[in-house]
Amino acid sequence: MSATAPPAHWRRMRERYRLLGSRCETCGATFFPTTKVCPKCRRKGKIAQVEFSGRGKVYSYTVIHSAPKMFEQFTPAVVALVQLEEGPMVLSQIVDTDHKELKVGMEVEACFRKLFEQEQSGIISYGFKFRPVNDHWGKYYDNKDI
Amino acid sequence: MKVGIVGYGAYIPKWRIKAENIAKVWGQDAQTITNGIGVHEKSVPSLDEDTATIAVEAARNAMKRANGVKPSEISAVYVGSESHPYAVKPTAVTVAEALGLTPYVTAADTEFACKAATAGIQACLGLVKGGYMKYGMSIGADTAQSAPGDALEYTAAAGGAAYIIGGDGVLAEIEGTCSYTQDVPDFWRREGSLYPKHAGRFTGEPAYFEQIVKCSKSLMEKLGTKPSDYTYVVFHMPNGKFPLKAASILGFDTKQVTPSLIVQKIGNTYSGSSLLGLAAVLDRAKPGERVLMTSYGSGAGSDSFSITVTDQIEERRRLAPPVQYYIERKGYLSYSIYAKNRKLFRE
Ligand SMILES: [Zn+2]
Repeated sequence: MSATAPPAHWRRMRERYRLLGSRCETCGATFFPTTKVCPKCRRKGKIAQVEFSGRGKVYSYTVIHSAPKMFEQFTPAVVALVQLEEGPMVLSQIVDTDHKELKVGMEVEACFRKLFEQEQSGIISYGFKFRPVNDHWGKYYDNKDI
Repeated sequence: MKVGIVGYGAYIPKWRIKAENIAKVWGQDAQTITNGIGVHEKSVPSLDEDTATIAVEAARNAMKRANGVKPSEISAVYVGSESHPYAVKPTAVTVAEALGLTPYVTAADTEFACKAATAGIQACLGLVKGGYMKYGMSIGADTAQSAPGDALEYTAAAGGAAYIIGGDGVLAEIEGTCSYTQDVPDFWRREGSLYPKHAGRFTGEPAYFEQIVKCSKSLMEKLGTKPSDYTYVVFHMPNGKFPLKAASILGFDTKQVTPSLIVQKIGNTYSGSSLLGLAAVLDRAKPGERVLMTSYGSGAGSDSFSITVTDQIEERRRLAPPVQYYIERKGYLSYSIYAKNRKLFRE
């Protein structure tokens, strides 16, 4: 992800906003980013757009201490390969956590964040990042005095 | 046709700063301050969070609770805030795109200090009741600005709440709404200024209390209701004290206010404030219970709503995280990291 001119920013926007990818209706394979051709089925493949659930697991991660100027403010930043539950692998920053808490296999979910700003007066690019999953909030509804 | 809330969602950033850590920097006495304003800590956005990201998170939670509503059926999106990321370019288009509501949707940003989103709810009520659309959405979100060292620094917080309004699948009916508006110079920010200015104590009597009290009274008179008809009352929460005082002037008791009084733990989320308070009430209300909510926006005005919770509430609220979950999901920042996140250091 680098600085992009408005048209390029706009073309990739929906994928980033909604985690849109592709699914081959012939063999069921899923892809991110979107693709026009299924590498397995080739001409027999039928590609459709799919919105991924946003749930996945950390496949591998690294901590970045020295980042390009645009991302400098986020260091030390956790960047991970996230395997989506539908299959595709996505490279993304992991937020709302500390690299000490991060583990391979940890469950994460997509959230909506600023990806980068093109200087003070430029376009703000938004899109998905991932944060650790917390599925325990249901308990608050069982406690009568929340 | 019964019209009301079909889905609601909250979002509060994870980070907090304690009032004592702010007081330390400015050589003030933390105890005196927290006793005075009734706020112990406030929420702080991450470096990559702003009004648009908070609005999207809250709106996605509202969609989860609006079980069965298709994105294409939502034909209006309003985002009320005083911290829109762009001076020119609507936040509402980003939210509409991120939720998949585009392109057959009207979208606009609303501004009226902290009550911009309740104005959006009123617009949705009109559009739905008038038969122009099936559902509309209004979101209040802010990453409130405060000058370093200003009294507002103890309360200016970040958070938001989203409401989907419709006539089908109503989990809380809105039986009536009314407004009260006057030109009162209690709080303002000029174009190009980074931080707002305020008229100190003047914000109280002629501004907050005048609008909140008169607006709430006028709605109750119109509907023929009285404070004891409501299980809960929700007011805009600039601090932990004003809502309690407004309640007592109107004849409500403390018990009716405290379930929505989240300001003590997260600060004043501006356009999100009264709507997050209402969300906290919807997280626990029983079918048939009534809620009076009155927002407040400096400048100044109030919007009041009389709401009755339906029997759909119990099943539907479980579809997204409650306000209490977000209040307890937290990590503390030092003043210096807080200053970095809020961009208080400038080149
Ligand atoms: Zn295929």
